[in-house]
Amino acid sequence: MYPELGQLALIIGLLLAVLLATVPLAGAMTGRDSLQAFARPLSAGMFVFTGLSFAVLTHAFMVDDFSVAYVANNSNSMLPWYYKFSAVWGGHEGSLLLWILMLAGWTLAVAIFSRKLPSVMVSQVLSVMGMICVGFFLFIIITSNPFERILPNIPADGRDLNPLLQDIGLILHPPMLYMGYVGFSVAFAFAIAALINGKLDAAWARWSRPWTTVAWSFLTLGIALGSWWAYYELGWGGWWFWDPVENASLLPWLSGTALMHSLAVTEKRGVFKSWTVLLAIVTFSLSLLGAFLVRSGVLTSVHSFANDPERGTFLLALLGITVVCSLTLYAFRAPVVHVRSRYGTLSRETFLLLNNVLLVAATLLVALGTLYPLVLDYLNMGMLSIGEPFYNATFSPLAVAAGLLLGAGIFSRWKKTDGGWMGRKLLWPLAVSILVTAAVMLNYGGFAPWAFAGVFAAAWVTLATVWDLWDKSASRKGRWHGLKRQSRSYYGMVLGHLGMAMVMAGATVVSNYGIARDVRMVPGGSADVGDYTVVFNYIGERQGPNFTAQYGEFDVFLDGRQVASLHPEKRNYPVGMSVMTEADIDAGFFRDVFVAIGERISDEAWAIRLQYKPLVRWLWLGSLIMAIGGFLAIADKRYRIRVKAKAAASSGENAQPVGAKPSEAGT
Amino acid sequence: MKRLMLFLPLVLALAVGVFLAAGIGNDPTELESARVGKPVPEFSLESLHQPGEMLDQSVFQGEVSLLNVWGEWCPACWDEHEYLMWLANDKGVRIIGLNYKDQRENAFRFLGRLGDPYQTIIFDPRGSLGFDLGVYGAPETFVIDAQGVVRYRHVGVVNERVWEEILLPVVNQARGNS
Repeated sequence: MYPELGQLALIIGLLLAVLLATVPLAGAMTGRDSLQAFARPLSAGMFVFTGLSFAVLTHAFMVDDFSVAYVANNSNSMLPWYYKFSAVWGGHEGSLLLWILMLAGWTLAVAIFSRKLPSVMVSQVLSVMGMICVGFFLFIIITSNPFERILPNIPADGRDLNPLLQDIGLILHPPMLYMGYVGFSVAFAFAIAALINGKLDAAWARWSRPWTTVAWSFLTLGIALGSWWAYYELGWGGWWFWDPVENASLLPWLSGTALMHSLAVTEKRGVFKSWTVLLAIVTFSLSLLGAFLVRSGVLTSVHSFANDPERGTFLLALLGITVVCSLTLYAFRAPVVHVRSRYGTLSRETFLLLNNVLLVAATLLVALGTLYPLVLDYLNMGMLSIGEPFYNATFSPLAVAAGLLLGAGIFSRWKKTDGGWMGRKLLWPLAVSILVTAAVMLNYGGFAPWAFAGVFAAAWVTLATVWDLWDKSASRKGRWHGLKRQSRSYYGMVLGHLGMAMVMAGATVVSNYGIARDVRMVPGGSADVGDYTVVFNYIGERQGPNFTAQYGEFDVFLDGRQVASLHPEKRNYPVGMSVMTEADIDAGFFRDVFVAIGERISDEAWAIRLQYKPLVRWLWLGSLIMAIGGFLAIADKRYRIRVKAKAAASSGENAQPVGAKPSEAGT
Repeated sequence: MKRLMLFLPLVLALAVGVFLAAGIGNDPTELESARVGKPVPEFSLESLHQPGEMLDQSVFQGEVSLLNVWGEWCPACWDEHEYLMWLANDKGVRIIGLNYKDQRENAFRFLGRLGDPYQTIIFDPRGSLGFDLGVYGAPETFVIDAQGVVRYRHVGVVNERVWEEILLPVVNQARGNS
């Protein structure tokens, strides 16, 4: 009975979405306030019914209702409750429902937090969100109904959740990632509304910025969680595989990063308007492309859901309609700017433009690598897959170049920067970066060109950022006062850049100085990895809730002193007939020691994989810091005093934030 | 003229769309190989275990076998390996390995850690046999009958379900005919 209610709720959600897509927009076109007033209640209603539907599906999982096909395929009565909960989004249909729930959630958030925007703008933005919702509601209802029943032969038990997904990382990874993907729809909706209005002004950029930043922060967390999960769960200690689906999440991240920076220029200086609006469209389209690649089965990947041509066609149609409509609108409505240089050759604008060029180049590169097999296939030129070497050879130089520009760009000023002054500013960071890099090389023992470039870029970004903070916080009333005077958005930027530097340092050091050894070990024996000695104590069996495991104990020694005791496992999940390697890791700020159990070689001996991973944690810690930076930036005062600025913005071009006290501000 | 430039993104997007649309029909996990129904292409490649010893298409003669394309660099191959071990040890299936675009030491490390289900392993560092077979990427598994004719091609990981539902019927049919 309940599952049918869930489906009904979805259908009501679709109807509300159709209304949301049309009524407020009609109101905006005809200028009728009564129709525009429907936008917020419709958004709220749509969210409530989607939430209801999601709750029903969750309930079906919790009570083991195996008459629902999706539950039977993705759960099992032996599964612990928290994995039953995360299994809700463990397969195609449920994860799609989660996606829609988030889409409805973002729509509601826009409805709530945009009370002070002009009514016409809100109506248009919410209508565009409604259109996107219509597409996804149709998709789930027509091709991927999560509530489909298996009647009358109800299976006695479920097929179990894929053991790879039975993990904390996987409980969190998809929701974060989807928050990011779907969040870019807000920037997209603002861009479309601005194009319809023909008002691509500073106010539009200011409204889009916090939404873009939040979505970007979630996406950063989502990608980092995925990478962290792959690292400890897949059992071989890699953290990025250039898998098509990983790339699909990296694409909107790269263009979203470009968008964030470009929006800043548009807001502050009123230039790059057409470029910014294009990036907003492209970023959301890439999110949709990601959904398409994962769910259509055109590319094989460890992440792929079950392949179904019908779904692929539907999603492609959805993607096509979105892209064609928005880009056509763009082509007709985007302002053609006359080349009239409003900024000097050496200026913050130029640096941010170069940053955009590099990020877009990186986006194109990853897109090329991901779609290349499809193109070759189409042209009947045979099948080829592009591996890691392609990305390493092309992506690394771009990343290093972006880092070098970033470090220099921090000292640049809007409009015009004095070259000599900037050169003098950069001298010290340059000298110290070289020293730091040399020290790192010495410490890890050995010079490698790419290690040098990567570490140097990371040190350079860090030093320039800190130097700038030091300069800016100079105050007659003391350092602390100066530090407090800086805005939250400035600190957001500082954290974002420091996080980026950490990721670069981590990626470079772990790739160049990490050690992986596959050794044959018998209980009682020992092996070395880097400076560490690993002693194999024993191996035994243990029983888990829905698996049996071989369970080893390894002690890790450094200079004769024990630093850790590790317990890696090899789990056997009988229901799905699958074996999982659970590595155990002694995690540290500066290094991880990683032990995984492989195959039994003989009665006594086991193949053991030992890894020494310097700075690997920096990858995820840096990502976390970047995301925190994003959240901090949107907590800035000026977004809270938008209230009055908005009134000014709707009447004139150059809105100046007026002196409203934060206490007066509503949302 | 400038306005025309703004149509450029649309044109590019449409071009990409063509490729994506073309990709939908050809589900890569069910790629028809041009080779199905034809003999294994002629080749002469070294054995992985015995450098210097040359193998050719005659290794497939006489018994139905699976030809499994793998490499140490391929994450999905690590996943799949458990099942190959199970097929070779519990089901007695004859599996020939094609070590594809790999290095010897890496391949040995992989086998040392996960076990060796292969009766013979063809070492194909440059992917020449893979190319002739139309290999899309690792892992792929071909069913080859006792006359050395390719009967079926499976792209992606082999697991219990794939074996039971897809490969076993083809293998049984191939065994029946010979």
